[in-house]
Amino acid sequence: MTRRGIWGTTSYYVLGGGLAALFLFPLIWTGYASVAPHGSTNQQDGFGLGNYATLLEYDSGLLRYLWNSAYVSVLTVAFTLLLSCLGGYAFARFKFPGRDTLFLLTIAILMVPYSTLLIPLYTQLGDIGLRNSLFGLALVLTLYQLPFAVFMMRISFEAVPKEIEESAMVDGCGSLRVLTRIMLFAVWPGLITVGLFSFLAAWNDFIAPLILVSDADKAVLPVAIANLRQQSMGAVDFGATQAGVVVMALPCLVLFALLQRHYVRGFMSGAVKG
Amino acid sequence: MRHSRTLAGAVYAAPVALFVLVFFVAPLLLVGRMSASDWPLLAGDLGVNFPANYASIGDNPLFWPAVGFTLKYTGIVVVILVGLSLGLALLVSGTRKGTGLLRTAYFLPTTLGLASASLLFFGFYSPAIGPLDPILQGLGITDEPISWLGTPNMALLSTVVLIVWKFAGFFMIILLVGLQSIPPDVYEAARLDGANRLQAFAHITLPLLRPALGLVLILSVTGSLLAFDQFFILTKGGPDNSTVTVVQLIYREAFQRFDLGAAAAVSVLVLAALLVVNIAQFRALRRDR
Repeated sequence: MTRRGIWGTTSYYVLGGGLAALFLFPLIWTGYASVAPHGSTNQQDGFGLGNYATLLEYDSGLLRYLWNSAYVSVLTVAFTLLLSCLGGYAFARFKFPGRDTLFLLTIAILMVPYSTLLIPLYTQLGDIGLRNSLFGLALVLTLYQLPFAVFMMRISFEAVPKEIEESAMVDGCGSLRVLTRIMLFAVWPGLITVGLFSFLAAWNDFIAPLILVSDADKAVLPVAIANLRQQSMGAVDFGATQAGVVVMALPCLVLFALLQRHYVRGFMSGAVKG
Repeated sequence: MRHSRTLAGAVYAAPVALFVLVFFVAPLLLVGRMSASDWPLLAGDLGVNFPANYASIGDNPLFWPAVGFTLKYTGIVVVILVGLSLGLALLVSGTRKGTGLLRTAYFLPTTLGLASASLLFFGFYSPAIGPLDPILQGLGITDEPISWLGTPNMALLSTVVLIVWKFAGFFMIILLVGLQSIPPDVYEAARLDGANRLQAFAHITLPLLRPALGLVLILSVTGSLLAFDQFFILTKGGPDNSTVTVVQLIYREAFQRFDLGAAAAVSVLVLAALLVVNIAQFRALRRDR
């Protein structure tokens, strides 16, 4: 290697590694702070899980909030998959009146700020008894997943060769049987991407549950942890807050580790859109 | 046969159509009506009062400061985010050993939710358990603890750091996909023509990266104009309401001052502003493509 090459390689790793350290530092710190001893937290001496113990007993209890978050996220994923799968199939393979208008209208959801819709939705959900309800919250979160999900499922269905379903039709399969017996297996990578993104969005959303759900025992994790920070006898419990951050982050990191490829597919479809 | 396929398509699309109608079109119409009505949170619709809600927006002493702050914040975040994510994408676009690890390191903060990241930095910047002051003092760089969220400028700067940390890896991946879609033989041809690396970057990379850069620009502008979580959690709009964004103002009008009509009027304005900004960006990006 030339001297210049060695110098370039060294500076590359120093710069790249230094930046990596800066990006990783807050993540490592939060894990450390959640178990490290500190006078103002419930982890007084030595390393341990005192902050997590505080979290378990905080108000309605960590398990309650975990359950609320999981319930809302799973419902959102189910709604999003069902709607985008049927819709994507319809947009990709059928011609019907209003098709293009409906598709554009669905994509247009992206253009409208969250807050602009949450104010009227707050009233509307109240009218139909779904305010302060995790079910109603999941419906609203589904709405925000629809543009990406319908777009993703439409291009997934369009990418399937037509010959496959045509031969099935000749064999007498109806379009529903074609969908459930053949197409679903062809578009499963798209379904995983849509499911992953809608899960993460629902799991992490803050402003919709903050506005739409007011009962303390129905709070989702991000809202509960943000409240915890403000409530513990006037003083902020920073240790428990960081334990909460770790609890919220862990499922996201695990999903990332397991489904890296599907992450990138989502971004690539985004780049195509631009 | 053709008839039944039309019907089948309409049936498959029906759930999406119904959903979009109930949860998107109806609220959009309702927010328009609300913005033209006297509509307290608890009492409900008290009838049309147009244009009172719009006329009184300017009377809110927080409105213009919030607009100014949101624009300032957006300008700073967008410049830093686009610049840094482009730098990161260029850094990790090669095939050197360990590049994959670097990509993962830059991307990991993206996997967190924005609320989680804000809560993380709430502790990170705190004098009680934050690691920054001990490190800086240990290295002898500062003598006294720094008030990371204490002054308007520090609060803004600290929030910008949080947002850049959280989103740089996300935009890096979008730009990386764009970089990798540029065929290598274009660079080869430029090199044979005697172009140096800087010329190749200015005349090949940047123009061909334009769609990806455009997406990054639109996403970061929109996201910053609608900022809420980070300021609600990290700075709570303070100190002295210096970091109140427009969306926070909507939240305050609706749920602290209990005036849905006023909140709806600001919401409609935000929607209109966002449409104008996005259409302008699309136009600018489509031009001479």
